[in-house]
Amino acid sequence: MVIKRKKSNKESKKEVIKLHNVQKYYQLGGECVKAVDGIDITINKGDFVAIVGPSGSGKSTAMNMVGALDLATKGDIFLDGINIEHLEESELAQIRGRKIGFVFQTFNLIPTLTALENVMLPMIFQGVPFEIRKERASRLLTKVGLDHRMTHLPNQLSGGERQRVAVARALSNDPEVILADEPTGNLDSKRGEEVAEIFNKLSKEGKTIILVTHDMYVAKHADRIYRLKDGKIVKR
Amino acid sequence: MIGDFFKLALNNLRRRKMRSWLTMLGIFIGIAAVVALVGLGQGLQTAVTAQFSTLSTDKLTIQNAGTGFGPPGSTVVEKLNHHDLKIIENVRGVEIVVPRLVRTVKVEFNDRVSFNYLGDVPEEDESRELVYESMDLKPMTGRLLKPGDSGKVVIGSNIAKKSTFNKQIEVGKTIKIKDREFEVIGILKKGSSFTTNDVIIMLNDDMEDLLDIDDEIDMIIAQVENPNEIKGVGDRIEKVLRRDRDLDVGEEDFSVQTPLEAIDTVNQVLVSVNIVVIGIAMISLIVGGIGIANTMYTSVVERRKEIGTMKAIGAKNSDILTIFIFESGLMGLVGGIVGVIIGTGLSMGTASAANSFFGNEIITVSISIPFIFSMIVFSFLIGVFSGLVPSYQASKLKPVDALRS
Repeated sequence: MVIKRKKSNKESKKEVIKLHNVQKYYQLGGECVKAVDGIDITINKGDFVAIVGPSGSGKSTAMNMVGALDLATKGDIFLDGINIEHLEESELAQIRGRKIGFVFQTFNLIPTLTALENVMLPMIFQGVPFEIRKERASRLLTKVGLDHRMTHLPNQLSGGERQRVAVARALSNDPEVILADEPTGNLDSKRGEEVAEIFNKLSKEGKTIILVTHDMYVAKHADRIYRLKDGKIVKR
Repeated sequence: MIGDFFKLALNNLRRRKMRSWLTMLGIFIGIAAVVALVGLGQGLQTAVTAQFSTLSTDKLTIQNAGTGFGPPGSTVVEKLNHHDLKIIENVRGVEIVVPRLVRTVKVEFNDRVSFNYLGDVPEEDESRELVYESMDLKPMTGRLLKPGDSGKVVIGSNIAKKSTFNKQIEVGKTIKIKDREFEVIGILKKGSSFTTNDVIIMLNDDMEDLLDIDDEIDMIIAQVENPNEIKGVGDRIEKVLRRDRDLDVGEEDFSVQTPLEAIDTVNQVLVSVNIVVIGIAMISLIVGGIGIANTMYTSVVERRKEIGTMKAIGAKNSDILTIFIFESGLMGLVGGIVGVIIGTGLSMGTASAANSFFGNEIITVSISIPFIFSMIVFSFLIGVFSGLVPSYQASKLKPVDALRS
């Protein structure tokens, strides 16, 4: 296992994520598809970054690699100074659980668990005791305005409410980075705006946020916007 | 953490009730079949052994061959007779011989007809006592037959019951056997064997007269002097009868049975019945196991996205494996418990139906606590093993592939 730690003089400018010449190729019907073709990005602590681009531009693939859900074909990805390309699956799971909070377009809540249980779930995998789990999950659901919906199952919640549960879940292990893949894609503009507002608020609290979207209105909330096309950054 | 995984698995089964129950149905049926069949099988063994327990260890039975089914003697040409009786009486080691007749006759009472076994008892005191003793006959009301009781009979408890002739037969009543009237002077105490509960007994002279029997014997009971030599005496009887009838070994038209032989034969049959029964039950269990494996497999395919999500929020491969194995193990466990309950109920129901049909406590269900316990453990293990492969596959999914589905 190779662990490289990058030191930064200023805490506020601490590098949280660094992508160095990252490439991702797929073999599709004997043809090599370059989903991500040499990306270099550095994201510091507290940054609110949006990655935009048309579908098929490679933005989701890039996000999956940043989130340690997928490995790059070439290049290095540093998360908090650790090169994740050389880690075992169980170590990647630990990183995903502790350092990253995911928010998906389709919410991805566990249908058999209540809102509260869904928010508590990531803490189970980190071995957090029940009482602390419950207390923290209730606090987070209150924070996203769902204190009255804690015992409801996902199918009893509206789309906006589900996404807010997902945001609360992403925050449950107090990760440094929130990765959101089209978080407003399945919501109407009003609910989308509400969710975007939550990200804004989290950014102000010092969370690092990476938002993948093709909705420019939502992307505008970010401090910086990267535009991807054919697996390359065309504008920042 | 393990406790939390257990709760997660339980939660999953609880909130997908319909599917969970349907999966467990396979296991219910399998376990219920095993429990019911084994329970009844053991009960049957106990019952059949009890039928033979009245046979004493010092008596041999000589019968016309091929009389296992149907009325004794009906299937052979050369029947046992008093000449044979004499020969057997003279065999070394034989103490007393008693000739017996057993036939099926028409019985009338209260304008109703029934067909029952009719057996005789000899007039001589010693022989008569031997019959009473070997068949374990005791009066419940009235008394047993003694010399001079011509025109009188003793009947089994089932015949006296109201269900047979729609009217209880009491001591002192008259019944018609083959259109001749006989007075009932005793009703037999209920025995463990239905041959004592469904029989009518009269004196030998009466029976020969009634059925116009001249020189025929259906069965000879020979008491030996020393029970330890019963096998040797049996062999000698076989030999002299063969010589007298000029038959080769294997051509016998009679059979000499020791009580132990009879029990052995029955036990052999019961063991093979049990093997078949357990085989059938095993097949149902395998089918149940495949059912669980099938559901777990479908569940993995259906819940790929869920698995991906869990991985994204920090679940390790081993966590996913544990949750899925808990799920399938729990299905096996609950399936086993319910199966044992259903199986016990089923075998008790069958036994009580059989007993009310025979009007006697013939079949008792015997299901032991260790057996129940081992069936539940077995069922749990089936659940675990049939969930193993799908669970392993679930845990090995790449998070990004799982999320994409």
